[in-house]
Amino acid sequence: MLKYVVKRVLLAVVTVLIIAAITFFSMNAIPGGPFSKEKATSPAVQAMLEKRFGLDKPVPEQFVNYLGNLLRGDFGISLKTGREITTIIGESFSISAKLGGMAAIIAVIVGLILGSIAALCRGRWPDRLIIFMTTLFVSIPSFILATILLLVFCLTLQWVGVWSPTNPNYVLPVIALALYPMSYITRLTKTSMLDVLGQDYIRTARAKGVRESLVIFKHALRNALIPVITYVGPMTAYILTGSMVVEKVFTIGGLGTEFVGAINNQDYPMIMATTIFLATLMVIATLVSDLVYKAVDPRIKLD
Amino acid sequence: MREFKDDLLPKKNLLSMQIDLSKFSPATDEEKQQHERMRESTTFFRDGMRKLFKNPLAVMSLIILFILLVTIVVVPMVYPYSYSQMIEVDGKRDKTAKNLAPFQYSKNEQKAIDAGQKIFPHIFGTDELCRDYFIRVVYGARVSLLVGLFASLIVLIIGLLYGSISGYCGGKVDLFMMRVVDIIYSLPDTLMVILLSVVLNQVLGDTLKGTIFAKIGNNMISLFVVFGLLYWVSMARLVRGQILSIKTNEYVLAARALGAKSGRIIRKHILPNCMSVIIITVALQIPSAIFTESFLSFIGLGVQAPMPSLGSLANAARGGMQQYPWKMLFPALSICLIVLSFNLLGDGLRDAFDPKLRR
Repeated sequence: MLKYVVKRVLLAVVTVLIIAAITFFSMNAIPGGPFSKEKATSPAVQAMLEKRFGLDKPVPEQFVNYLGNLLRGDFGISLKTGREITTIIGESFSISAKLGGMAAIIAVIVGLILGSIAALCRGRWPDRLIIFMTTLFVSIPSFILATILLLVFCLTLQWVGVWSPTNPNYVLPVIALALYPMSYITRLTKTSMLDVLGQDYIRTARAKGVRESLVIFKHALRNALIPVITYVGPMTAYILTGSMVVEKVFTIGGLGTEFVGAINNQDYPMIMATTIFLATLMVIATLVSDLVYKAVDPRIKLD
Repeated sequence: MREFKDDLLPKKNLLSMQIDLSKFSPATDEEKQQHERMRESTTFFRDGMRKLFKNPLAVMSLIILFILLVTIVVVPMVYPYSYSQMIEVDGKRDKTAKNLAPFQYSKNEQKAIDAGQKIFPHIFGTDELCRDYFIRVVYGARVSLLVGLFASLIVLIIGLLYGSISGYCGGKVDLFMMRVVDIIYSLPDTLMVILLSVVLNQVLGDTLKGTIFAKIGNNMISLFVVFGLLYWVSMARLVRGQILSIKTNEYVLAARALGAKSGRIIRKHILPNCMSVIIITVALQIPSAIFTESFLSFIGLGVQAPMPSLGSLANAARGGMQQYPWKMLFPALSICLIVLSFNLLGDGLRDAFDPKLRR
């Protein structure tokens, strides 16, 4: 097990390095440096600026420097606002983390409940209804769902206030973000629950007279949970990218908004920093879910 | 016809298993025919299609997709308005036709109608630049569908080639090729798509000028490049897994013993057997590509203006969402309808073609 953990952690570190390299070198391939847009810079001033920020050195050396800065938690300075990117990420990510965390928890809990109901009522109307709704929800892009929720509940019916930093109302953004992973988890749980309910040990448990609730919660659900764990990694990725559009629609000043803003402003250091930051989070989520997956189920062979 | 008579039969012993022929009567011709009628022989593909057409949801989605396909092909040819130009009345640009509701006419158009002219109604109204909205939504759907189909095609070709080579060769080649796949697989794809789109937009801008590709637009090209670079890995993994399991079958061994070359074995024996899984994956790849395209368009990285895409139309409609909710509604409904149809079709294909689900 230890060997496996070490191997996976090393692989994750390598992945993050590769992501950083792709980000850095592809951003460098864009013609024009950060100071070439400024009109009033003479060649001498420009050279000075480039020397000041280490841009006169060869690209590989710049990359090593950039990595060193990253390790020290220094992401550089935003071209648009001139602020430290580390502080921007720190401020905006706390909002995004709250939003994403709530969405993830709701998606998992509701998804598990609905999936179990669908599996237990297989073929009857609750099952059909749940599967119909989830098929519908996985077909709606999050930005459209967010916009429609905003239009209907916020602007037309005015049940929920418009999001503002002083009056944060997370209900609609969380729903918009959670529905897709929730539907996915529902379908996943249903399949794995049906699989587990057909196993011999469930029949044994029922045969020896265990209460039905105990059979479902202790024997079936615990085993049905295992495939759901593997979805935690992709779900984190979905929620982090989904929060970009959802935050944009609800004008929430989270990391997603900053990222989309950076893309529209061509604020390259900000794009790089956010990409690397988000990618690292996703890699960590995948790593943790894989490790937990192997840890909870001794039947799974380590490779 | 021979008659059975009791006295011709040997005497029955007690408890013997011998059948008592007197209890049987010869079959009539009709009964004989009934017995001989067997089910027609069917191929795997035809059997799958039969199952698919029994699934009402899949048939419905096929019909919807067919109607959509006809619409996006025929409508731009016969429709009087263009997606990029302002509406004109009597050859003059009509500036009063801003943000019209569906089936509403502008002031100038109303005058022209009163004067006896016939003007084609704006089925979905117009946008803020006085362009007919219906044709824009149609073009948007066209872009989305094209992206979906082409991206899946790219994924299919690269994934199929890579996966079959890796799976068939095995050994060190397989090990190396799969390490590459593992690395690409571990990259967060949406983020990389965004990053590469940003970069390729800038890099491709100048190099493509003057070529045919410039017409399609950098963003679209970079989208395809990105799909070609990143999204094929799951397909390659799938194909490799299938091939690894099929490769060990006896009929492959028999083919090799008869002297068939590797290429022939892959084409004739292995690929047809993993066809079902490939079809299902491609069908489910299309909606995910449409999702990605609309997502990119929504955050401003999709196809270039004035070419509309459903994502960019939805993004543009957010501005006056309260006054003109229909401008949000039409592209949003179109995306959902397209993606839902492909999802249902993919589910139907899986139920029909996946041998593991056979009962």
